[in-house]
Amino acid sequence: MKRTLPLILAMITGFIVLISDFIPHWPFGMITSEIEKWFLIISGFALILGQINLIKVNVNKIRFKAEGWQYFIITIASFAIMVLFGALWGTQSNVGLLGNGTKIVEVIGSKPFDYLFDNVYQHLQATMFSLLAFFIASAAYRAFIARTPESNLLLIAAILVMLGNTSLGSFLTGWLPENLDFLHLPNVSQFIMKYPTTAGQRAIMIGAGLGLIGSSLRIILGIERSYLGGN
Amino acid sequence: MMKRTLVLLLIIYTSSLLFADLSLTAIDKPNDDGSGIILNWQYSGEEIIELQLFRRHDGGHYNQVTTFTELSGKYTDTNEIEVGTEYDYKINAIANVESPKNPGTFNKLIIESAHAKATSKAQWFNTDKISVLIFGLILFVSIMWFIISARSGKDLYIRKIAGLESMNESVGRATEMGQPILFIPGTLDLDDMQTIAGLTILGKLAERAAEYDTELIVPVCRSMVLSTAKEIVKESYLKAGRPDAFNPDSVFYLTDDQFGFVAGVDGIIVREKPAANFFLGAFYAESLILAETGFASGAIQTAGTAMPSQLPFFVTACDYTLIGEELFAASAYLSKDPQQLGSLKGQDIGKAIFLFVLITGIIFEILGISWLKDFLTIH
Amino acid sequence: MAAKSIDRRWIYLFIFLGVAFPLIFVIGLPIEITENTQMAYDLIDNTPAGSHVLYSFDYDPASMPELHPMAKAMVRHSIEKKHKIIFTALWPMGVQMIDDIMEQLSTEYPDLVYGEDYVNLGFKVGGIVTIQAMGKNFRSVFPTDANGKKIDKLPIMNNIENYNNISYICSFSAGAPGIKEWVQIGNDVYKRPVTGGVTGVSAPSILPYVNEQKQLTGLLAGLKAAAEYEKLIGAPALATAGMDAQSLAHLIIIIFIVIGNINYWRNKKKKGDK
Repeated sequence: MKRTLPLILAMITGFIVLISDFIPHWPFGMITSEIEKWFLIISGFALILGQINLIKVNVNKIRFKAEGWQYFIITIASFAIMVLFGALWGTQSNVGLLGNGTKIVEVIGSKPFDYLFDNVYQHLQATMFSLLAFFIASAAYRAFIARTPESNLLLIAAILVMLGNTSLGSFLTGWLPENLDFLHLPNVSQFIMKYPTTAGQRAIMIGAGLGLIGSSLRIILGIERSYLGGN
Repeated sequence: MMKRTLVLLLIIYTSSLLFADLSLTAIDKPNDDGSGIILNWQYSGEEIIELQLFRRHDGGHYNQVTTFTELSGKYTDTNEIEVGTEYDYKINAIANVESPKNPGTFNKLIIESAHAKATSKAQWFNTDKISVLIFGLILFVSIMWFIISARSGKDLYIRKIAGLESMNESVGRATEMGQPILFIPGTLDLDDMQTIAGLTILGKLAERAAEYDTELIVPVCRSMVLSTAKEIVKESYLKAGRPDAFNPDSVFYLTDDQFGFVAGVDGIIVREKPAANFFLGAFYAESLILAETGFASGAIQTAGTAMPSQLPFFVTACDYTLIGEELFAASAYLSKDPQQLGSLKGQDIGKAIFLFVLITGIIFEILGISWLKDFLTIH
Repeated sequence: MAAKSIDRRWIYLFIFLGVAFPLIFVIGLPIEITENTQMAYDLIDNTPAGSHVLYSFDYDPASMPELHPMAKAMVRHSIEKKHKIIFTALWPMGVQMIDDIMEQLSTEYPDLVYGEDYVNLGFKVGGIVTIQAMGKNFRSVFPTDANGKKIDKLPIMNNIENYNNISYICSFSAGAPGIKEWVQIGNDVYKRPVTGGVTGVSAPSILPYVNEQKQLTGLLAGLKAAAEYEKLIGAPALATAGMDAQSLAHLIIIIFIVIGNINYWRNKKKKGDK
């Protein structure tokens, strides 16, 4: 029963959602949007589970002085500080338990939560994102080697797109006459992005779409049960 | 003199009414749940300021719905339309008319009106999606056919997928080096099929890790994925006969935030130095950061995603990549279950049919025949 | 994988210098306008003054470097054209992005009045469901603005009910929900012109919507398009400065690729000789 009931539920729900896409009449027309709302509500409750797990795992590591336990103190402290500041003085559009913290706002210019969000979190996020610039360079250096005909194609396309997407591209081929405009690097770059790249991406999306259909059908029909755990 | 001027103005005003042309049609919006009525209006006549649309039902008062400045157009009224109710629409053309009593003063006047009625109805079938239904049924029949023939014992060929074949090699390497395996089931929630596909592979991998007694680290980005992943890993250890070896803290939640999660995972990679990394699920910009950090740590890496924009990053930085449908096929591939392999075969037939339709469509378009494109387009 | 001859830290150092140098000492490389940027520009430029327009900020601080400059440029353009701007966000942090941009632009356009010239409706969870609900009535989704004020009390929202009263929709999108959902509902269902901007890496998947059916009226893809837009409106800013950095960084990557290939072929030749 522990496994049969979820399978029956998955089958019934799956088929109902599938056919509701074709039937606008009530109640089918609103089923998908209602289920999406239910999912949001359930995932809101599930958020608590995640936070409890985070605290539990980190506290255990601190308690048993696991390697690098100091880092876990920082995690717990950061978590606690943000929750506390948000709860006590609220955010830009929400009042906290202790009001709006007007005195604190006079000193630091914004509420503590917003201050940390704008001056710490946003910059940390941008910093992590900017790692991509360095990693793209090292990945490109390693990967764009002319070993095979396919890798040659990759190398040439990469260089053309990189040059075409910068001012250098316009600078290098700006002298070309109008009838050779198609060789202008920005145009070549746009052509590569618009046609072969888009075609390749669409092919992957179509394959993935078919795979998704197959995978979903297997789950709906109960053939695929590994998401329940075990067999 | 005054009388003549007034009569002249009246004649001009009346003739403007005769020659003005305002039409309004109202029909039930097709293929909906009865919450829309489509109105088409057209006006040709003297200059007007605006057109005002009113609506009433059950003989009540007219309430203004909206105003238009365009002389013709289409409007879909979806404001509190009740199914099965007849709505009576009225459109007024408003113009600035000079007052005969006070020349030089202009007043807003209704110079033309038109009426239309329609009853909102809910349809039981969305005819716009008939092409989706037909191709969906073809795919469904194809998949079911091969599932049933697989049950009858027919041997089905499936090509080698390097990324999945290498799973044993990766686990073996981690065991030899005495280092853990890192598994990331994507950064989206359980409602995404890629996450479920990733978790399916996690089950198989956890079983092997249990058999080889290799540590498994599974940081997750979503709370619901945490519960599911924990259950899957626990069941896998149980199935491998090693329930004692299961560490509940091996599957843990980091954060919902995209870059906070990747910072946490990078820290784990740098500190724990896993020998094998698996990135299987949905990823966004964090894909390259994860893959490059993993590469720098010297791990053997297998990635798989159906996000076309992230695949190039995984291909360049990882040893093995599952591209798109290979990720969804993993569960069938690893289990070797005939029914699941049958569904893969059915998918392939579906792909062949799709290719045939695609090529036919291209040829038709070149020849100027557009009915196939029109049939397949969802309006 | 075989070890490569250049330590990757040298690559990181050169990339750092290549990005930092042009930001400090502006080079000023020429910028050419592409078709998609021109289309987006023309849509905003040809929309009459007083028109109500909808801007959706569907990104977070991680995508700020690419999307913030183009958002600022397009909003600036709308302000110059005297459009009535309705802001909203499908991502929670989109609201902060809106506040940040309007804080910057308010100092340059002090005559702008909140509630009359622009309004921030705020964020609502739901993605495509929210967009669909807004199509019926904005008030059903946003009874109040981001500051808690009833939108019926704001002059800008007078007679504004749904997308039928909006001249165009502009979405700055770093993923989902985002510009794709706005096209699916805003254009495909409500026939409103949709434009906007995406990060460079998302561009190939969104570019197909710029087609004959005009599902998207132009698209700004990445920092380069943002710089092009700044050039069109005659207000070079962060994107223009960033383009020099991007150009130099790309050049450095190309040089390292060439070095990598030279090293590879030299090693291969040495092995062949042995």
